[in-house]
Amino acid sequence: MNQVDNPMVRFENVTKRYGSHTVLDKLDFEVAANEKVAIIGPSGSGKTTLLRMLMTLEEIDDGIIYVDGEPLTHMLDGDRLVPANRKHLSRVRAKIGMVFQHFNLFPHMSAVNNCIVAPLTVLGLSKDAAYERAAELLDMVGLGDKLDHYPGQLSGGQKQRVAIARALAMRPKIMLFDEVTSALDPELVGEVLKVIRKLGDAHDLTLLMVTHEMGFAKEFADRVCFFDQGKIAEQGTPEEIFSAPTNERTIQFLSAVLETG
Amino acid sequence: MMFEWDWNYTWEILPILGEASLVTLQATLLGFVLAAVLGLAFALLRMSRLVYIRWITTAIIEFIRSTPLLIQIFFLYYVMPEFGLTLDAMTAGILALGVHYACYCSEVYRAGLDNVPKGQWEAAIALNLSPYATLRNVIIPQAIPPVVPALSNYLVALFKETPLLSAIAVLELMQTAKILASESFQYTEPITLVGLYFLVFSLISAALSRQLEAWLNTRHGGSR
Ligand SMILES: Nc1ncnc2c1ncn2[C@@H]1O[C@H](COP(=O)(O)OP(=O)(O)O)[C@@H](O)[C@H]1O
Ligand SMILES: [Mg+2]
Repeated sequence: MNQVDNPMVRFENVTKRYGSHTVLDKLDFEVAANEKVAIIGPSGSGKTTLLRMLMTLEEIDDGIIYVDGEPLTHMLDGDRLVPANRKHLSRVRAKIGMVFQHFNLFPHMSAVNNCIVAPLTVLGLSKDAAYERAAELLDMVGLGDKLDHYPGQLSGGQKQRVAIARALAMRPKIMLFDEVTSALDPELVGEVLKVIRKLGDAHDLTLLMVTHEMGFAKEFADRVCFFDQGKIAEQGTPEEIFSAPTNERTIQFLSAVLETG
Repeated sequence: MMFEWDWNYTWEILPILGEASLVTLQATLLGFVLAAVLGLAFALLRMSRLVYIRWITTAIIEFIRSTPLLIQIFFLYYVMPEFGLTLDAMTAGILALGVHYACYCSEVYRAGLDNVPKGQWEAAIALNLSPYATLRNVIIPQAIPPVVPALSNYLVALFKETPLLSAIAVLELMQTAKILASESFQYTEPITLVGLYFLVFSLISAALSRQLEAWLNTRHGGSR
């Protein structure tokens, strides 16, 4: 399970530091195409940092990240790997979409315009084609009647569903979810998880989600990774991790979470 | 001495001052358009990834802000011809006003740009928007509405400095009033009328900018 033939995502010996604080230490991590990986672990263990490096929102200090068979953080110069330039980053990260804990919708654009702006300016779609795609996706996330609503007029759950549609409009191969239900009122969590479940069924998306929703991780993920202090302390199928964890820290974490959760 | 107001003379000079006020308005509006556009350019250059572009821009802004507008007007009009750039008085005046106020406007824009949350930039990266598309579609539309009141303050301030153009004989309100007064030896009416004109315009534009602000709030207030 830890070694895949053609991984969609591969972290090779990746290190990330903030000042003298090493957040991720020589991390090796692979995700197969169409795999659904849930990332769990205590606060501060580096889960968000992992996703942000993959989205190119953070630079890495050491190692290489590969996406879909080619280096993301580096590029080939002759037969040498050198740090990627903007053009390379932009080309490779086109395969990745991300949904944030706090939505980060564009507040001055309606729901449909939030979903149109990138396809229009980056992919060069026509207005009609971009609109059609956006309307279809907003319909898929259950917001077909809210196309012209502004973020300020939507509930948290609705905003997060717009954010998912917005990311999908770029047709990514990989979707990253960083605690996308953590900022929501409890009664709104279900509607967002329902949409993510729907994406999982589509089978042409690789999903990485950092989550505190253990119930969802258990039934949804193909694999669960437990992060602790910048390392994968334990990983396995949901059954293995939730029913028979072996790592002391995993056991501690799960009992703490399940108690309060 | 008795204060005397000559109504006949007032009616006589009012149309002349009215015409001059068009010159004042023209200098104000063109100067401010220049200030608004150049100010935004300065603010963006100060965010450049290249440190020496940031540094040069900051130095230029500091230099312009630390020297009096009147000297800049004189410089453009009397000194630039030495370097082969001859400008008519109106153009030199508008240019000086615009560049001077661009420096103030750039500070205002900078505050607006700084106030756009980091998450907006990150969402733009995640959507793979180009730096240009990010600024144009995401950042600038959110940065400007909150600073419109501060910008319109500078519009009024710039307007109130247009009498400085009389120093290079632009026939704006002040210069016209001075000429009228020196011909008739009656200073009270022309100078008072010019003062009133500035007062009325300032009040009108303050009211307009309040309206604009309210409109922007309803349109752009909102959560992310
Ligand atoms: N921009 C930053 N500057 C300094 N330290 C940071 C920064 N971002 C994250 N960290 C630190 O990195 C560690 C991992 O953070 P994060 O990836 O957000 O953890 P998690 O998402 O698992 O809660 C934490 O100790 C955090 O304080
Ligand atoms: Mg986190």
